Amino acid sequence: MRLLEYQAKELFKEFGIKTPPSISSKDIKKGRKDAKELGYPFVIKVQVPVGGRGKAGGIQKCSSDDEFELKYPQLLNMSIKGEKTRAILLEKMADIEKELYLSLFLNRSKRCYTIIASSEGGVEIESVKNQTIREVGLGDVDTQTAKEVANEIGLKDSQEEQFVDMLQRLSKLTIEKEAELAEINPLAILKDGTLIALDGKVMTDDSSNFRHDELQKYQEKSELEKQAEKSGFSLVELEGNIAVIGNGAGLVMSTFDLVSDNGGKPATFLDVGGGATTETVYEALTLISKMKRVKGILVNLYGGIVKTTTVAEAFIQAYNNNLIDIPVFARLMGTESEKAKEMLKDTKTKMFDSIEDAINGVVMEANK
Amino acid sequence: MTDIYEILRGQKDADGNYQKKKVIVQGITGKYGSTHAKLMLDYGTNIVAGVTPGKGGQIFEDKVPIYESVKEAVEATGAEISIVFVPAKFFLGAAKDALESGIKLLVAIPEHVPIRDAMEAIELAKKKDAIIIGPNTPGVIVPGLIKVGIMPATPFSTGKVAVLSKSGTLLYEISNNLTSAGFGQNITIGIGGDPVNGTRMIDAFDMVKDDPELEAMVIVGEIGGDSEEILAQHIIDTGFSKPIVGYIAGRQAPKEKRMGHAGAIVMGNYGSAESKISMFAKANIPVAKRPGEVAVLLAGKMNS
Repeated sequence: MRLLEYQAKELFKEFGIKTPPSISSKDIKKGRKDAKELGYPFVIKVQVPVGGRGKAGGIQKCSSDDEFELKYPQLLNMSIKGEKTRAILLEKMADIEKELYLSLFLNRSKRCYTIIASSEGGVEIESVKNQTIREVGLGDVDTQTAKEVANEIGLKDSQEEQFVDMLQRLSKLTIEKEAELAEINPLAILKDGTLIALDGKVMTDDSSNFRHDELQKYQEKSELEKQAEKSGFSLVELEGNIAVIGNGAGLVMSTFDLVSDNGGKPATFLDVGGGATTETVYEALTLISKMKRVKGILVNLYGGIVKTTTVAEAFIQAYNNNLIDIPVFARLMGTESEKAKEMLKDTKTKMFDSIEDAINGVVMEANK
Repeated sequence: MTDIYEILRGQKDADGNYQKKKVIVQGITGKYGSTHAKLMLDYGTNIVAGVTPGKGGQIFEDKVPIYESVKEAVEATGAEISIVFVPAKFFLGAAKDALESGIKLLVAIPEHVPIRDAMEAIELAKKKDAIIIGPNTPGVIVPGLIKVGIMPATPFSTGKVAVLSKSGTLLYEISNNLTSAGFGQNITIGIGGDPVNGTRMIDAFDMVKDDPELEAMVIVGEIGGDSEEILAQHIIDTGFSKPIVGYIAGRQAPKEKRMGHAGAIVMGNYGSAESKISMFAKANIPVAKRPGEVAVLLAGKMNS
């Protein structure tokens, strides 16, 4: 899961990585209390699970009650790249001398963790210049390696010591919380010489959730996404009006691409998975029936082990129970697809032999 | 490098037939494991043993003996291939049992294996000079000879094209199209949809590229990581000259969202479809806009 800045900083604090004093809130009442406690001036930082919030105006200085009353609601109600504000962080301003970059990052191709450090921080990971990169296996960073990295980015004496300490704490966090990425960016050197984590990003491995109950409070899923998980399929909710359903992540992604290519706006990415049954597909349709913005359903199935008739049966039940009255555009291939087509012949499902035709149909319907 | 063809089919006999290599199924009595063990048997895969702790001594489907551990199964049968169906949280234990017992090819079906567990299993496989395919893979098939996986049989036919794919269903869909267009497959390997793969795109490429019967290759990638980019660079560097065609799923996927597969996520530009497509272009690999176009592009490449 992708942690928000304030959540990442809670982990930083737990592992002894210094951060500026800060308090998070989700409404202005609590925000006012936080402001009093923290004292002006401070920065108000929007908490969204996406980068680029600085440029979008999601970080604002604030030095009086009047300014606070004006800016807090603005930031609380903003959305960045389609992501609504999840929380607001009030944070004391730091007296910055220099900004660095530091992360521990799972290099998927090399199948090991890498330390990425740079004397130029504050920019996104891919634009970090003059990177020092070290491979560190499963993420354990020894003192010698940490010292070498510190020296390579020009740190000496007390700053080298602080950096080594911070990097080793970050390594401990990465291993214990099973992070794919633990990033301190910028890592600031303050005017008084202290090293501090000004911003942080942590992504943990969802597959390890079962052994991290302590992280579950950070789990952010819509009600629909939670229900989907319970039923054993994966669902990503989006803002469009076409529900895209299929089996297999790759096939659904591919269908999703074609819908967007053709001017359609997907409302779901819904993968019923390799073990789909009539019940799970019916569950999926139940979830979609609750999404009032959906104007059309697009089904793309390649029946292998999962028979297309299993899926067709779920649709028949959904029609019989008046669960759905939205038009369905379907392309069924593979196991028992002829029989499935026969089953759905007299229903509101329009059947297509090619996915392109089904997509044209659903996009026209949704854009009506 | 361990030769995957040698493990899967061995050498041809005097009649020109490949061998029927022995396969062990770990988790053979589970719902998923038993279903697929039957389907593999139906395909003609030579399953010689099953493993389910606590059920040693039983017989599966009147013909496959079940053992307590892979160690016992290997001692009894001498198999070098194992396919794992255990729940994700037990994967690492099952993988260790297999690799420490001399298994040379481990096909890891479970989805949601923690990355650190996968990394540990891969480290062990390297030490033992063994191959792990997956986790979260549909498996591997040499059409007409051996199926070690959960793929349906129908999309595949014998032939001379290798298909390497991160996705399962796209592998079926595209192989089906290839089959219809007259391009049978020499081997198809599911890389898997996880962030860390036992056999990466580049490894799978190296495993199959030198087979004398191979005439062309299809690479089915998707967003996330940089294995497609690294493969493309490798193809440029090695000057592989047989036709290759690609497909990349997830061009329109939003950033920083996992699209079904644990590994299908774009972070910044890392893992983006644009990055992969542009590297494929540099390696002279045309990329289909939709799955149905792959066979068409391949036909074009084969005839040029």
